[in-house]
Amino acid sequence: MDLNYGQEYENFRKEVQKFCKEYSGVTITNKKGGALTSLNAVADSDKPDGQKVTRAEWQKILIKNGYFARSIPKEFGGFGGEIDIIKNRIIAAEFASSKIPPPMGGQGIDMLVPTLLELGTQEQKEKYIKPTLHGEMIWCQGYSEPNAGSDLASLQTKGELTEGNWVINGQKIWTSTAQYSQMMFCLVRTEPDAPKHAGISYLLIPMDTPGIEIRPLVDMTLHAGFNEVFFTDVTIPETNIVGKRGEGWAVANATLGHERGSLTNPNATMSRLKLLIERMKEETINGEKVIDNPAYRDRLIKLQGKVMAFQSNALRVLSAKLNKGQDVKMAGMIQKLVGTELRHELEGFGIDIMGELGTLYEDSPNIRDGGSWQFTYMYYLGLIIGGGTSQIQKNIISERGLGMPREPKTQQGA
Amino acid sequence: MYFGLSEDQIFFQDNVKKFLEDQAPLDSIKKITEGENLEVKKDLHQGLINLGINNILIPESNGGLGLDLLFATAVSQSLGEGVATLPFIGPYVMAPIVIKYGAGDDQREKLFNDMSQNLINFGVGFSEYFGSRDSSELSISDNKVSGRTLFVLDTDFASHVMVADKTGQIGVVSLDSNGIEIVDLTTVDKTRSYKEMRFKETTIEILEKTKSSTKAIEKALDAGRIINAADSLGASQAMINKAVEYSKERKQFNRVIGSFQAVKHMCAEMTAELEPCYSLVWHAAHSFDDSSEDSRLMSCLAKSHVAEVSKMVAKKATEVHGGMGFTDLLGLHFWFKRIGLNRHILGSPEIVREEAAKIQGL
Repeated sequence: MDLNYGQEYENFRKEVQKFCKEYSGVTITNKKGGALTSLNAVADSDKPDGQKVTRAEWQKILIKNGYFARSIPKEFGGFGGEIDIIKNRIIAAEFASSKIPPPMGGQGIDMLVPTLLELGTQEQKEKYIKPTLHGEMIWCQGYSEPNAGSDLASLQTKGELTEGNWVINGQKIWTSTAQYSQMMFCLVRTEPDAPKHAGISYLLIPMDTPGIEIRPLVDMTLHAGFNEVFFTDVTIPETNIVGKRGEGWAVANATLGHERGSLTNPNATMSRLKLLIERMKEETINGEKVIDNPAYRDRLIKLQGKVMAFQSNALRVLSAKLNKGQDVKMAGMIQKLVGTELRHELEGFGIDIMGELGTLYEDSPNIRDGGSWQFTYMYYLGLIIGGGTSQIQKNIISERGLGMPREPKTQQGA
Repeated sequence: MYFGLSEDQIFFQDNVKKFLEDQAPLDSIKKITEGENLEVKKDLHQGLINLGINNILIPESNGGLGLDLLFATAVSQSLGEGVATLPFIGPYVMAPIVIKYGAGDDQREKLFNDMSQNLINFGVGFSEYFGSRDSSELSISDNKVSGRTLFVLDTDFASHVMVADKTGQIGVVSLDSNGIEIVDLTTVDKTRSYKEMRFKETTIEILEKTKSSTKAIEKALDAGRIINAADSLGASQAMINKAVEYSKERKQFNRVIGSFQAVKHMCAEMTAELEPCYSLVWHAAHSFDDSSEDSRLMSCLAKSHVAEVSKMVAKKATEVHGGMGFTDLLGLHFWFKRIGLNRHILGSPEIVREEAAKIQGL
């Protein structure tokens, strides 16, 4: 066991800390000039004002310093550094414990860019990666359909090749940020006669193509986090495909791996726990600090044990990336399930320590932290369900991890 | 950077595991827990001594192996997995740590030298310090000890015991001394034995540094709790393995029960909760070895968190076995009960969590 990263990395950490201090006053603005929150973080501003910067400007500052898109080649708009997992981790940890705006996330950056780097053509990499990294091209993911959720491979949105174009008809649902997006990466059934998994292609669809209709779907947080997207004879060039015809399932699986990695961030969970402890020291019930109440205190330490275990687990997964031959298959497989459930529990406890005040929402008087405990509590329920539900994760853990028999197939083929 | 057990640690761990698999099958454990086979128990102990488990934490200069707590943690996992009917935590983990931090220089050299040759062997009774119960009370003065203490650990092969009073002062008592009454406690876990000890003006040698500092007892408790958690970790893994194995063989409704999602999800839930416990326990052991700032906290979190997870595993893994899990025949209860004991030994989860809060100044 050796948890030291070495002097080079400790120096690097100091550089990152210096940067975080320097930019600690930065806020990112949206088009109306208001501060961006996690709710509208994909929107953008056009006029910087003092320390206010636009999303794109902030992305460029981060890339220039190597704190974002670090290992993506310069020709595609990245920093062009070597792949260095430890440096990435140091950046994530220092950003999480400072107040500066994090780099932009979202499905374009977390899922599409790694997929294109792995499987895209040279033209696709040149055309899409740079604007995506700069926050100028927002992507949404067109996977789920009303009848294809956990059983994603049964999707029915159709794509037909006609005169050198794909013509797409059908419907997607649970499409996050579709209303802000310039592009969609989409799974479409292009080979209707092939078996279920072999009939799907991975297409890139400009969202301003005629025939696309977006209907926002308001979720329990009262935000339109999702949309329904309808396609009527949507026509795009034949070349807007990643991988070959019928290989979309394999391409998507590469991407799903990236998504599951991005849904749980131990650093963010640890930061929330620290904030929770601060709140417990400040909030009072009948004049007594919440932290001095033994029942609340016991729940806190219980939670702290879980958070620490999860964070240590992430360290072990990290270690296997640096040390060949270390087997952490199971430790990696459980992360989505454990990470999302844990965060949900943590946010729920944040509500509980406020008591009645914890129920306040939107712009209510007496609200704490802008209602973020309620919002994130609900939001994480979405993440427990999205990206492969907790139940699907348990199937994966038991079948692929523990070698238990698969569910007998009730139907074969598409 | 490397997070995990080293090749040497895994090698040692595997040796202990294989030794127990070969030499201590379930039949043999059953007999030992019924009070038979005491010769076998002695041989098992000697076998593990031959592998070096008594010398892990003894310095090389005193004839020991000079290894660290993470090594002992790796071994403890194997002992839990094999429900070893043998002492470990008291004589081979807590006692050497107490000596390292609590003994005067002369005391330390003599005790370590004797321990490395297995000439003396310690039981450990520290309950007065962290959780006195039932009006037990121990008073130490003028090299005499009087009173009683419960749950003295690992006395099976002990020639001496270390006892602590509520201030954390620790002394060594020879079991040959006058004025000792040893009472057997009967717990649900028959794989290890626990004693109540009553002293009346019994001669005790106080370890010098424990007179003015609680460091020795704190370090010993921290280490003991991590080793205790590792034991439950091993026991829990054994239970999950058995449950998964059984579910692949047992058929109902013309299917193996492991093909039902209800059963699969129970197994996945146990695994998902237990897997991070490895990381937590190893991390805690490493923090201990490194004497890092958060080492006391990490130990408390490892002990209390693993206590909760292993309790859940013990219940669910038994349920996966259905009625068979409930029988004596299958012997699954040895692991169930060991986990039940570990939960409370060296501090029940609520007590330990409260300590964790205090350590952080909360």
